[in-house]
Parts: sequence; C-alpha cells; structure tokens
Amino acid sequence: MEQQLNELQSQALEKIAAAADLKELNDIRVAYLGKKGPVTEVLKGMGKLSAEERPKMGALVNVVRETIANAIEEKQTVLEAAAIEQQLALETVDVTLPGSPVKIGAQHPLTRITEEIEDLFIGMGYTVAEGPEVEQDYYNFEALNLPKGHPARDMQDTFYITPELLMRTHTSPVQVRTMQKHGGRGPVKIICPGKVYRRDSDDATHSHQFTQIEGLVVGENIRMSDLKGTLDVFAKKMFGADREIRLRPSFFPFTEPSVEVDVSCMCGGKGCSICKGTGWIEVLGAGMVHPNVLEMAGFDSTKYTGFAFGMGQERIAMLKYGIDDIRHFYTNDLRFLKQFSVHE
Amino acid sequence: MFVSYKWLAQYVDLSGVTPQELAEKITRAGIEVEGVETPASEMKNIVVGYVKEREQHPNADKLNKCLVDIGEDEPVQIICGAKNVDAGQYVAVAKTGAVLPGNFKIKRAKLRGEESNGMICSLQELGIESRLAPKEYAEGIFNFPNDVTPGEDALEALNRDDAILELSLTPNRSDALSMIGVAYEVAAILDRDVKLPEPNPAEADEKSADSISIRIDAPADNPLYIARVVKNVKIGPSPLWMQTYLMNAGVRPHNNVVDITNYVLMEYGQPLHAFDLDRLGSKEIVVRRAADGEKFVTLDDTERTLSSDQLVITDGKKPVALAGVMGGANSEVHEGTVNVLIESAYFDGQIVRTASKAHVLRSEASARFEKGVDPSRVQAACDRAAELMADLAGGTVLSGSVIAGDLSMEQKQVSITLEKLNTVLGTDLQMDSVEDIFRRLQFETETVGSEITVTVPTRRGDIAIPEDLTEEVARLYGYDHIPLTLPEGAVQPGSLSPYQLGRRIVRRYLEGTGFNQAITYSLTSSKRASEFALEQREPVALSMPMSEERAFLRQSLLPHLIEAAAYNNARQMASVALYETSSIYLNEGENVQPKEEERLAGVVTGMWHEHLWQGEKKAVDFFTVKGIVEGLAARIGLQDRLTFQKAAPAGFHPGRTAEVLLDSEPVGFIGQLHPSLAKEVDVKEAYLFELKLDVMLHAAREDLSYAAIPRYPSIGRDIALVVDSTVEAAALEAVIKHAGGSLLTSVRVFDVYEGQRMEEGKKSVAFALTYADPEKTLTDEEVTAVHEKVLIALKEQADAELRG
Repeated sequence: MEQQLNELQSQALEKIAAAADLKELNDIRVAYLGKKGPVTEVLKGMGKLSAEERPKMGALVNVVRETIANAIEEKQTVLEAAAIEQQLALETVDVTLPGSPVKIGAQHPLTRITEEIEDLFIGMGYTVAEGPEVEQDYYNFEALNLPKGHPARDMQDTFYITPELLMRTHTSPVQVRTMQKHGGRGPVKIICPGKVYRRDSDDATHSHQFTQIEGLVVGENIRMSDLKGTLDVFAKKMFGADREIRLRPSFFPFTEPSVEVDVSCMCGGKGCSICKGTGWIEVLGAGMVHPNVLEMAGFDSTKYTGFAFGMGQERIAMLKYGIDDIRHFYTNDLRFLKQFSVHE
Repeated sequence: MFVSYKWLAQYVDLSGVTPQELAEKITRAGIEVEGVETPASEMKNIVVGYVKEREQHPNADKLNKCLVDIGEDEPVQIICGAKNVDAGQYVAVAKTGAVLPGNFKIKRAKLRGEESNGMICSLQELGIESRLAPKEYAEGIFNFPNDVTPGEDALEALNRDDAILELSLTPNRSDALSMIGVAYEVAAILDRDVKLPEPNPAEADEKSADSISIRIDAPADNPLYIARVVKNVKIGPSPLWMQTYLMNAGVRPHNNVVDITNYVLMEYGQPLHAFDLDRLGSKEIVVRRAADGEKFVTLDDTERTLSSDQLVITDGKKPVALAGVMGGANSEVHEGTVNVLIESAYFDGQIVRTASKAHVLRSEASARFEKGVDPSRVQAACDRAAELMADLAGGTVLSGSVIAGDLSMEQKQVSITLEKLNTVLGTDLQMDSVEDIFRRLQFETETVGSEITVTVPTRRGDIAIPEDLTEEVARLYGYDHIPLTLPEGAVQPGSLSPYQLGRRIVRRYLEGTGFNQAITYSLTSSKRASEFALEQREPVALSMPMSEERAFLRQSLLPHLIEAAAYNNARQMASVALYETSSIYLNEGENVQPKEEERLAGVVTGMWHEHLWQGEKKAVDFFTVKGIVEGLAARIGLQDRLTFQKAAPAGFHPGRTAEVLLDSEPVGFIGQLHPSLAKEVDVKEAYLFELKLDVMLHAAREDLSYAAIPRYPSIGRDIALVVDSTVEAAALEAVIKHAGGSLLTSVRVFDVYEGQRMEEGKKSVAFALTYADPEKTLTDEEVTAVHEKVLIALKEQADAELRG
C-alpha cells in the first residue's frame, strides 16, 4: 500500500511537471485529489488495515496529498504568470503611434505680456485700473498738461470723433480718472493696461491700434530713485536677472523730469542688430508726475509727488520673442498665435 | 535738426571730443542724437582739379575729353559725360584708385578708345542729396569758386569731412533748434565756454528809417518787428563754406542774400526774411490779420486763399509774406535785386501754427516760431544778417534798425530748496554741486540758506517751475548717479478685481478647450460696424478716418473674427477656433462718450476633434459651441441660469441659432454663420458666439459653499418618448423636472431618433432619469411612484408617449 502511494505520488508529480496549461493542471487535480481519484481510493482501502498501521498510513496519505497539492499550487502560479504574459503580449500596442489629440489654445502674446506685467506689479502692491477707450479730450490731453494747441499734441496724432471726443492715444486718462477718484488723498498705486489708437499707417513698425501699460504711484515722498528701483525690478523680471536699466532725459508734457528708459541688450553690450550696436534698447518712457497734472487731479503738489511710466506691450513682445512685424499681432494667423501656447 | 560738427566748433571748443563721443554725451544729457553721419568716411582720393583743356571726344558725341591738372607732375586725361564741363573750371576729381559712396571704385579705363584716368564728380556723386544741391548743380558736375588749388583735398574744401549729428528734439527743447543753442547745451555738458558772434555791421549815414516805416495792427500776434535795410547788394553765390555748412544742415543754397538769412536762422534760431525793397509797393510795412478769402501767391508760386486767423506782412495794401511761414513771390529776392529789407520778428506760435497747418506748409521758420523763439535774439540776428550782407554780398548797411512793438526780455526767476530737490530725486546732493550745474548752464543763481534762485535766460523758455530746475540738475548730474530704491510707506496688498479675475478665468477656460485668443481692430468699415450687433444703433464714426476700412467703431466682435477665420482658411488651416474679449462701442448721442461693453465672441470651423488612425473625426457643429458656452457658464457659476431659445438674428443660420438668456435676460447668440454670408467671406461652415461678458461676469457667483456628497445609492430609470418632431427637448425636460420633484436629481438626454422607423412627423427622445434621496436609500416602490407621475405629466402636458 505504501508502495502504491509512493508510485501514485511520483506519477502525479511527473504529470504536474508536464502540464502545459491551467486546464491540464486542473484535470490532474481532479484526477489525483478528486473524490474519485486514486488517493481517495487508497483511503477507502484503509479499513482493511490494522489498528497500528492505520494511523501510520493515514499520515502517509496526508503527506502524499499535500505534496501533490503543493506541486499543483506551485505549477499553477507558474502557469498563471505565463498566461498573463501571453495575454499582455497580445495586448501590446505601438507606443510610437500618435496619441489622441487634446487641443490647447494659445493666449495672445500681448495678453501674455500684459498679464505678466500685471502680476509683477500686483505682487508689489499695485491694483489694475481700466477705463474707456473713447475718451474726452479733457482726460486724454488737457488734464495731462496738454492744453488745446500745445505743440506736443503733435507727438500723438489722434483719431477724433468730435472736437471733444477721441480715441485715447495712451492709457494715461485712466491715471487721471483714478487720481480724481482718490479725492486728493494718497497713496495711489495702479497699473493701467489697455488698447490705444494713433493716426499711423500700418506697417512693420507702426499700428493704428496698439496696447499700452502704464503705471502710476502717487504718495508723500515718492522719489525719482523709487521710479528707478521699480523699473529695475521690472526689467530684471521681464528680460532677465542680469539686465540693467539706464535712464536718459526726455520730454513728456505730463512728467517733469521725464526720462526714456533703456534696458541693457541681451548681447551684453557687445553690440547686435537689435540694439544697433549700442548695447541698450529703448523700452519705456517715465518721469515724475508734473505738478500741474497732480493739481488738476486734485492732489496738493507741495505735499504729494509721484512717478509714472508707460510702455507698449507690442514692443516688449517683439523684443522678448524676436517678432519682426507689429502687424502679426492683429492678423491672428494661427501659425503665429499657436506658438504662444507654451508656458514659459 | 542736423548739427555740423565743424560749424559747431566755431562756438564751443570741441577739442578732444570726437563726434561719436559728443553724440553719446548729448544723448545722455537729454537730447537724443539719432545718428552721426560722416560722409568722407566712405570716400577717398578725391581732389580739386583744374580743367586745362576740353575737346569733343573723337568717337562719342556726348563725351568730353578733358585734360585736368590734379596737382601732380603731369595733367591727366579724363573722359567726362557732363554737359556743363569746360576748360577753366575747378572741379572735384575722383582719381584712379578713388572710392565714392556705395563703395564705387574708380579705375583707369578706356572709353570709346580714349584713356580716362579718373572721374569728374557731381555733388550727388559725393553723397549730397539732389534736393540740397544748388539748383545750377542739380545736374552735371560741380564747379568750385576760384579760391581752390589743384591737388588739394576736395572733400575738405566741400566740408564733406564734417560729421553731421542728427538731433531728435522733443517739443520742449526748441532752444536747441540753433547752432548757438546747441553750443550752450554742449558747453554745459563739457563745462566749456560759449563763443558768440558779435555782430557789429559798419553802417552808412543813410538811415533804414528813411526807407521804411513799420506799423503793427495785430500786436498780440506780432509783438516785435525789426527791420534793417541793406542797399546795393550784388546777388551771386555765397561763399563755399557757407553753402557747404547749409547743405550739411539740410538747407539748399540759393544765392548770397537768401543763404545769409538761412545761415543766421540756423545760427541763432531766429527766422529772417529778405524782401526785395524795390519790389515792395510802398515804403511801409503793415502787419495785420489776413482778410477771409484774400488771395496770395507764396514764393513757391502757389496761390493761397487766406483767412482771418492768419497773419500777413503787407506793404500797406497787399500781402508780401505769410507771417512766419513763407514770403511772397511778389517781393522775393532775385538775381536783379539791389536793395534788401531784412525782417526779424517775433510771431506768436499759435498764429504761425494755424497758418502752417492750414496751408500744409512747414518751413524751418514756422517750426521755430511755433515752438517759440528767443526774444533776446531778434535784434542780434537782424544785425548779424546785415553784417554778413555787407561782407559777403557787398551791401551797404543803412544806419539803425526800424523797430515796431515791444517784447518783454525779462528773465524768469525760479527757486527750489535743496531739500525738495534731494527729496524728489532721492539723492544727497550738496548745494555747491547744484550751483555748479547751473554755472555750467550759464544760468545766474543766488543762494539763500538752502534755497537757490535761478535766473533763467530767455533762450530757455521751457524752464518755468521748480520741477524744471530739478530736471536740469538731474540730467547734468547724471541719472546713473541716482540710487535704486522702492517706494516706502504702508504696504497695501495688490490684486485683480473680481471682474478682472473673472475675465482671466474665462480666457483660460477657452484656451483650455482649444480656442486661440485673437485681438482684432476696433475700427472698421461702415458695413462691418453694424453687422451682428446685438443692439442696432448708428455706429460711432471718426471725424477724419485714414481709410474707409477703419472709419467706424465696431458694435460686434464677430465681423473681424470671421475675417480672421477666413484668413486662416485661405492658408491651409481648415480648423480654426478663435475667441476674443474686447469692447464694443454703442452710440449714446453727439458728443457723449459711447457706452463701451466688453464682449466675448468666438468663431470655430473645421474639425473639432480628429484622431485619424483610430478613425475618430468630429466636425464642428451647433452643439460644439453650445457645449463650450455651457461649460463656460459652469466655470463661472452660471450653469443653472443660462437658457437657450431658438432665434434667427441677421447673419445667422435661421435653423441653427439660439439666443442665450441669463435669468431670462438676453446676453447674446450662438449659432451657425449664415451659409450665404460664409460663402461671401469665403469661410467654411462656421459656428459663432457672442456674449455680453460684462453682464455675465457681474452676475457670476462669487460665493462657493460645500454640498454634502450623497451617502445613499441612486436609482436610474431610462425612458424613450415619442413626441411631435417640433417638440423641443428642453420642454420635455422641464415637464420631467417639475413632475419629478426633489427626488429627481438628474435628467439627461441620451438618444434622439427621427427617421424611417418612426411615424412621419414624430421623433423619439430618450432620457436617463436619476432618483435619489439624501436621507435614505430609496425603495423601488418609492421610485416607481414618482416615475409614474413623471410619465403621466409627460403624457398630459407634452403628449409624449412611451416608445413601445
């Protein structure tokens, strides 16, 4: 009987080892360990044994059963793994095929520049002020120290609607309106983005419509050095930490003193076509708010001072991204726009 | 303003400062030098030659064979094509080996069999623009006057070795519209002296006053008029130095008398005019306003119709000059002129500006009067011109000037404290450095304690208030020396307004769905200005547009967005999705600011989704834009407040357009661009939306509060309804929602069928209904009870049958 069991075991183990798939293995399990299997048959024959032999044989039967069951278990793990492998092999895809496209729209480069500048100044405690694009002559010119007939009005050729109404030539009227709202009390700290219009024929460097962003700070003891420091922060953020600024005296009717502000060129002063060999690029205009402007907006110019600056987003974008024609901003060619869907 | 370096050096010592260095210094001190031109740098080997002999070229009718002395051992033979070349002339010769502008190299050559060793040059060939060359040399070669020597450097003789600085002047710095003015600026920058001319013409016994009297009828327009008489002038070319200085300053030489007035204009910044005294019809000058409709021929031979807002110089009867702008043909100095009246006057800027604008005549004179000339130079310039006419035109200067009117020469005094100066600039300047800056500017100062009082010379009309002094100090002290600081004081947090933030969220949302942001022009044509307007008003018009295309303010963003889509379609970009957030402008009546409303609009055409190798392709349709707008509403918290109703506004497809309502107020449209319009602008099937962004953002929900996540399972029931084809899904949905009550948590359309398997005029609409109770698990019986109510309501209110 013992011999019978051993044979049974070795026979089963042989078959288990040879099993090719899970079905075959299951058949073996049923054949050897099932109710009608040989091991059960052996157990049935136990009745004939002596009381001494019975527990001994019982133990032996259990060992054989366990050995076969373990072998099946082990084999099953191996076969299952193989089956999964096979399944996965069947499911393999060509990972180099294109993915299902997700559309990403682009922000217009001018908006991108505007928001970047807005965020920079919001971080420095400014709020964003906006105002009408069709303005009264008073806000666009007179309140900015540009009375009717002033020669400096020629600097900004204007689209008039009536003698008193015009397309704003800069976003400065928003500064005037904001200052007036403050009722002569500071501090004022705003940034004013928006569309502006000038009588220019559209070409590679001129556009009858363009965008501007201006800043204004009015308070007690606002200094020219504050303007310089603020613009230095701006230049480093917009163009790179290694950039410097340079102030050159200039003239605007609404500021005194007035300056043009250059940013050092990316060529590092070696001279290139962008800076025309000078190492400096003109980027914005600025100055200390003219006392007449402060007074007209209701501020006591003996107590308050302020600085203002203004720039064109088109120019900044052209410099930053190397765009060569201002008309690109208004043509809305997708091949142009889509280049600005990338986050920097 | 073109500034000749050589000419400038007559008034201020420029030694040790190259033209480029000077340009940089001037720029850094406040007047931008746009460029420095050095004509001679692109030329070499050009000398004075003397034409000894000239004969016809044996083989060519139009060529001359010249023998020219160029200061070498032997004269050279040069073939010249100019008609005006002749023996006895001093000419400019480009020798063999010479280089002319444009890197044009002169080589020994044979022309029709005759050897040519160089080239006789015209002024243009030496880099002088035709408009600046004297008329007699506008064509052909240039002749030197007789005071040159063969072999000497022709470029030097012609002042082509000069450097010309181009100054870009801001309107406040009209003081630099003269050589003397620039000299003062440069002297301040370099801390050197200014050498002024001291005109002192030798006068005859005869008095100017015997020849002319002056009356000013419009003293506000012309506070001062000074005249001098110079008799017996000999009209001829002015000396070469003067001609070349004028050409370098951008002025064309004419004759000695006219050149002198222009030279003094450039030197002093004081415009002068020379009348032919004998051609004036009287012995008097009367300055008055022109009569409306009065005719006058200016010296450019153009008849002008004058008006009473313009000032004229008359001989008592007829105009002889348009004051400050241009003289008249009737009294112009010409070859036969013998006696000259020099006018040096101060005209009001506004009156000159009016006339120069009205006649589109901008002259060197008008430009200066408009910005204001220095009152103290009116007399000096007149004297200087008289002196030069004696020296260079052989004239006899009559005694004295005839002066009419009175002009204040008072110098303004402006004060500032050192404290204020340092506070505004953020500097720590000492009083002596401030005083030193004003000394360099040649401004007189007086210091009392910490206050400095500056006497401003009349030449600097731009300085009137303390801030102007601050600027003078800052620019000469140097902005580079001002420190970098940031504003001090209480820090207030900066932020976007809820509206501005909402606008950004809308933009990011649309970009996230695949729309590209467009920015189109606000100005448009008459036709476009009214297209797609949500509200029809008379569009706002520009008073003087530059073109018909940009003459009106738009009332909708769509026309230009459609144009942009067509532009892209025409360039092989079939799928286009563009949006814009911009203002439109609504007329509120004459002289009232238009109402500006911010709109959100979009255009989309072509494929919405395309994944070709997996066979996925979905063209844009009405529901694409509707989904976008619904998603947008959800993004800004308006999802339950937007409804859509069928509409057929102009420009849209009448069957595929909906009006968008916010709480039942119209806020815009979505729909297909009308196919006939699409064809007209050459765009493919396109879908549009335009919404009142301002209204929507102001209505947008700002508060957000958490609702508990359902804890009990929901039960779904699907129903397919058969209804008339005309019944709208929204109507069915409304019935279902109403009948379903609070247990019905969602209703979704999941199928719509209309076709062969349906009865004519009927369609099937299938809904998925979800029931749930936040308090407990619903039983089947409870759901069925509600669901039955829904079905009954559908039957009764919408004649909807369950599909069998």
